[in-house]
Amino acid sequence: METQDLEQNSTEQETKISDNVVLTATDLAVFYGDFRAVRDVNLEIRRGEITAFIGPSGCGKSTVLRCFNRMNDLIAGARVEGSVKYHGIDLYGDQADAGEVRRRIGMVFQRPNPFPKSIYDNVAYGPRVNGVRKKSELDAIVEKSLVGAALWDEVKDRLDASAMGISGGQQQRLCIARSIAIEPEILLMDEPCSALDPIATARIEDLMQEIKQQYTIVIVTHNMQQAGRVSDSTGFFTTEVNSESDRRTGVLVEFNSTQKIFSRPDDSRTEAYITGRFG
Amino acid sequence: MIPEISLQPSVGVRRRMLVERVIKGVLAAMAGVTVVTSVLIVVALVRPAISFFGDVNFLEFIGGVDWKPLFKPPHFGVWSIFVGSLWVGSIALVVAIPLGLGAAFFLSEYASPRVRSIVKPVLEVLAGIPTVVFGFFALNFVNPNLVAKLWPVGDVGTYSVLAAGLVTGIMILPTVASLAEDAMASVPDALRQGAYALGSNRREVSTSVVFPAALSGIVAAVVLAASRAIGETTIALLAAGSKAQLSGNPGEEGQTMAGFIGFAGIGDQATGSTGYQSIFAVGALLFVVTMLLNIASIRVVRRFREVYE
Repeated sequence: METQDLEQNSTEQETKISDNVVLTATDLAVFYGDFRAVRDVNLEIRRGEITAFIGPSGCGKSTVLRCFNRMNDLIAGARVEGSVKYHGIDLYGDQADAGEVRRRIGMVFQRPNPFPKSIYDNVAYGPRVNGVRKKSELDAIVEKSLVGAALWDEVKDRLDASAMGISGGQQQRLCIARSIAIEPEILLMDEPCSALDPIATARIEDLMQEIKQQYTIVIVTHNMQQAGRVSDSTGFFTTEVNSESDRRTGVLVEFNSTQKIFSRPDDSRTEAYITGRFG
Repeated sequence: MIPEISLQPSVGVRRRMLVERVIKGVLAAMAGVTVVTSVLIVVALVRPAISFFGDVNFLEFIGGVDWKPLFKPPHFGVWSIFVGSLWVGSIALVVAIPLGLGAAFFLSEYASPRVRSIVKPVLEVLAGIPTVVFGFFALNFVNPNLVAKLWPVGDVGTYSVLAAGLVTGIMILPTVASLAEDAMASVPDALRQGAYALGSNRREVSTSVVFPAALSGIVAAVVLAASRAIGETTIALLAAGSKAQLSGNPGEEGQTMAGFIGFAGIGDQATGSTGYQSIFAVGALLFVVTMLLNIASIRVVRRFREVYE
């Protein structure tokens, strides 16, 4: 009786979990020309969570992230094998348009890259591309997005000033505001704090906690402490050296809850990395 | 015992400092030569122009439409050749701006690296074709085969301002395309990526991110090309004709300011005569026009460009 209950419980839990899955990577591999940058990535990204990718440089964590909104399409010679499914739809299938994919799955980059336009025009860029023309509507979106990115109070009096004139941390929050202005479901963040000082970093991390219910976040970080602080799930990547060509291919070693990764990881390589014995 | 410390330069260092100073001097002299040359050209231009205006009323020069400086009695109304230059320059820009910017957008934003690596050098070679070749192309091909057959207004003779303008446009096309492409290519990729990540397509990235960020370079390219078009002598001399007349029909022949300078410069004007000095007056006017063009472009750029660094 008790066993049965337990079983039932775990099945329920499984269905619940799979309901929450927004992205599924299956046997994902990325090639640049004939160089295989990363292979055998299998993982699921769950809604409302922050998922972190950690690992030494060159391990393919950013490459995998860029598969999730087809940014690798922009690199000549890049090719994806396996599948990435968004709510069951293949991101690389015939049905999927890269622009449409990126509208639903936004991205924040390593270095803040605001457009050399006004703060207002930066945030309004995405909505305009998507056909919003009415000034009142744009005004509302700009305010909402800047409030959402915890930047409104700092810039509300100078929305027409150039985005190049604000600090790096503010620029990065502006980039977050720009991304959430088109209300994506998922926000990919590629080492979003690596160009920022600790105070600006802390603000971005707080912001991630505030918005994660609304926007599922996947963050690549080379900062283990950051992954430990902010994320719910963590994927640990590392590199394997091909003995024939001496080239390094990234692999996903372990994908687990962040708590588990940082306390009792399944794989000894993860443990070695976490405890600082390599990488 | 503390060893004695000296911060005096050693012999070797002293020699290197001397060499450094000599190099600095030589480079400064080279920079000086360019500046001095430009100043001397302006002086050489202005002095005969000033004595020209001692003989000819400035208002007659600027306001008159009858340009017969080498005839007796002479007429010095520069307006007709000024307008001739405007015709050739604007026709050339109408050809070169759309084609040149289109080519630049294609090369910078659409073409594969392979296509770009072939087309860009070809474009730059085109920029090196001698203008006399373009002049004959205008006179012997474009005017009889295109302008004479297709231009609907009036009769097109051996020469036409239109043929000269069209071919001048082709001549400056590589300049516009190549320099504008340089400006677009130097827009940081991070900006493009940011725009793509918001769901933009190539056209939207090109027009709303790359173009405004590259604007100052693009305007500089157009202004340089415009100055070259207005100052272009050989094509105008060969294909536009040498009859100075104020006309609203570019299918007719006409003379440009540069064309006149080329035409009169190889003639046998007595040095110091008013006809001879008129060459310098026109040259000075040409110089002023180009300078105004540059000033205007700086203003445009200041007003509209998006600084990305």
